[in-house]
Amino acid sequence: MSDAITLTIDEVEVTGRKGQTILQAADDAGLYIPRLCWVKKLKPGATCRLCTVMVNNRPVAACTQPITEGMIVLHDTEPLNRYRRNLIDMMFVEGNHMCPVCEKSGNCELQALAYRFGITAPQYPYLFPRRPVDASHPDVFLDQNRCIQCGRCVRASQELDGKSVFQFFGRGAQKKLGVNAEARLADTNLNLTDEALNSCPVGALLRKRVGYAIPVGRRLYDLQPIGSEIEAKARRAANRK
Amino acid sequence: MSDNLKVGIKNICREYGRDRSRLMDILEAVQGQFGWISSEAIDLTARELSMPRAEVEGVVSFYAFLHQQPTGKAIIRMCDGVSCNMNGGHNVADLFKKELGISFGQTTSDGKITLEHTSCLGMCDQGPAAIINGTVITHISTDTVKEIVHTLRETADPRKLVKTFGAGQNADRLIQSMVTNNIRKHGPVIFSVMEPFLALKNALAMNPAEVIRDIKTARLRGRGGAGFPTGMKWDFTREAEGQRRFVLCNADEGEPGTFKDRVLLTECPHMVFEGMTIAGYAIGAEEGIVYLRGEYQYLKNYLENVLAERREAGLLGKNLAGKAGFHFTIRIQMGAGAYVCGEETALINSCEGLRGEPRDRPPFRAQQGYLGAPTVINNVETFCCVTRILEKGAPWFAQIGSQASSGTKLFSVSGDCNRPGIYELPYGITLKDLLVEVGGEDAIGVQVGGPSGQCVSPAGFNRIICYEDLATGGSIIVFGPGRNIIEIAGQFLDFFIEESCGWCVPCRVGNVLLKERVNKILAGKGEPEDLAYLEELGKTVKTMSRCGLGQTSPNPVLTTLQNFRGVYEKGLKKPLDKMQRTFDLDSALQEAVRIQGRQPVHFQD
Ligand SMILES: Cc1cc2nc3c(=O)[nH]c(=O)nc-3n(C[C@H](O)[C@H](O)[C@H](O)COP(=O)(O)O)c2cc1C
Ligand code: SF4
Repeated sequence: MSDAITLTIDEVEVTGRKGQTILQAADDAGLYIPRLCWVKKLKPGATCRLCTVMVNNRPVAACTQPITEGMIVLHDTEPLNRYRRNLIDMMFVEGNHMCPVCEKSGNCELQALAYRFGITAPQYPYLFPRRPVDASHPDVFLDQNRCIQCGRCVRASQELDGKSVFQFFGRGAQKKLGVNAEARLADTNLNLTDEALNSCPVGALLRKRVGYAIPVGRRLYDLQPIGSEIEAKARRAANRK
Repeated sequence: MSDNLKVGIKNICREYGRDRSRLMDILEAVQGQFGWISSEAIDLTARELSMPRAEVEGVVSFYAFLHQQPTGKAIIRMCDGVSCNMNGGHNVADLFKKELGISFGQTTSDGKITLEHTSCLGMCDQGPAAIINGTVITHISTDTVKEIVHTLRETADPRKLVKTFGAGQNADRLIQSMVTNNIRKHGPVIFSVMEPFLALKNALAMNPAEVIRDIKTARLRGRGGAGFPTGMKWDFTREAEGQRRFVLCNADEGEPGTFKDRVLLTECPHMVFEGMTIAGYAIGAEEGIVYLRGEYQYLKNYLENVLAERREAGLLGKNLAGKAGFHFTIRIQMGAGAYVCGEETALINSCEGLRGEPRDRPPFRAQQGYLGAPTVINNVETFCCVTRILEKGAPWFAQIGSQASSGTKLFSVSGDCNRPGIYELPYGITLKDLLVEVGGEDAIGVQVGGPSGQCVSPAGFNRIICYEDLATGGSIIVFGPGRNIIEIAGQFLDFFIEESCGWCVPCRVGNVLLKERVNKILAGKGEPEDLAYLEELGKTVKTMSRCGLGQTSPNPVLTTLQNFRGVYEKGLKKPLDKMQRTFDLDSALQEAVRIQGRQPVHFQD
């Protein structure tokens, strides 16, 4: 294998392939670097910044940084984990996240990350923005209160569905998710088979009428912490030795 | 109307070859013709360019100067920069509201005048300032507000408000602006006599590698803030693979307190364009773009004319200056009110007709910049230095300034000093000497490098301005006795909140949270823990943000916490035992009080 690249992540030697990012190489090695805006099939967005790691004393996003031979990556450090925790808190206070009444509870990646980081309540004051719910579409809700602007639906619609149903409008604190119509989701060409519908990590984009098919308590992250499927790889590898 | 719109947009799109990478120009033309960009206009534009309407709307909604609502015939954009406000900008703003009977963001009921705030206009030495439909009005006082409103109501023509023209080229028939240059100190590199076109001649007599070698020997570093060695940047771009290459000039000048590039474009445009042409020769590019901030629209015709002159003189175009095989053209790309577009990858996106969001690196612009081609981006002043280096020789340039920082630097000085304006001084000057030069000896603090730089206290006035110590893109704002340093830090935070692109969580949310806590301290409700809270939050935003904007946005707070800690501590109170001051009962009850229409019984005085 001539395109193998060896790097070190927190003193663990990891072998990746040319063209991989730090995050991909870490995943393959069973090292979980927290992330919200990254998913396998999409180009990286680097909006959530949770995967920030240190390389040569400089912070870089693991989801966009290509690996190089001999690279030394610091990931599971006290300050970085603190900053990651702070970012998760920010996402909670920026929107209106009422976990107990949210039908994504248990399958929500933001909530799962909060659990993983031991967060019970955010340390920052809630900003309580006023945001609309768009229920115009017969089969889909768009609840802006829960949107964390990760951009996964924007990219999925473009890259997987060949459409542009979602897009960011405005900028700064006023930036928000918009749709490809004058105002309503119902007036876009969104289809029930669109991959974009499966891309939302939180409860902003939901299919109607299927919310409680699996009861709370038996959902994905009720059963195992987020990231454990990646970490299981490392355990399996260790067992084989 | 609708047919008009249809035909108008069709023609505009055709004029730009229905090229969606020219969306900025197209949208500006649509707004120029129809006054604003309606939902229907977005639809029609999207259809003409065969792109989703959401992408057009994403762009329109990103830029402050593009309007999705109808506006008045005259739009007053009042500068909300710290320097203007130190000169009485707040009072002028209040009076505008009173005279017009509207708030900021609103239009008078007769549809004549819209009132808006805007981030720093780059008129810091002659504020309070406003731009009205592209015309700059400086030195506005509470006495002149009435007249401005009256004239706009009567004529809707802001040019009627310009009675005298500023010195130098500001009086040129293509500018005719009341803006003044205020050049206070002429130095050897920028503001001294130049032998016309000698630099270009010298460059073309060498081969491109030799030109880059000279730039390296001169030890030229970027004047836009980051200070990257220019020769090295050119080398990378030259070596990168690509059919086309580009030279981009960053004239977005948005850092509050900076206005030197405006003066350079007004007084030395040939020097700027010549520097770009030399860069084109050195890296093998045939196309150059000047990204001009929307606020400097009033310079556009003048600059276009200078370009035309250079074309006629054979200094641009095919086989220019008699050099067979070397072709170079320059066009001007207008911005539309977004500070973040000064960040080089955001600038490229904006030039390509996209939202002005920065890009992830890698790929680097030297390899994949504008339209995916190898691209050099330099600041306006950097290009001027290039021209002088090629005219006078690298050794001449290298002996000016300090060891690691050769040459001179332009400082844009504003705030509490007797002689605000532009100073060309060699690197290596102390802050103290600079303060004497500008008449600001009694300063209690100096903002060096704008909000993204640092606020230095008198204990640091012996520090030296150069890349090794106090680096700066040139913004110097002097704070005199009686200024509230924390309040100013808060205003700088407002700037970053307004100008963040909003892409990433730390910058989009973190700055809002920083401001909340600074406000609390300003309201006299600060607690000792708040300082550590601000530091931790600031460090999070700095470390985790994607681009230079977020990475520097907490600096107003962090550097004042470091250098003016006493000022913060004086405003803090230790909370009573077991009381949580953060909780403000009155404001927590506000909404309930509003709904119920009465105060809660227990808490009435
Ligand atoms: C938010 C932000 C705004 C910037 N604004 C400007 C600007 O207005 N003008 C400028 O020359 N550089 C600006 N820069 C720096 C540019 O990214 C880039 O470093 C510079 O244009 C390179 O030119 P130089 O090497 O000649 O300085 C900005 C950077 C950031 C992060
Ligand atoms: S740091 Fe701020 S300005 Fe830069 S990409 Fe992130 S949100 Fe945008």
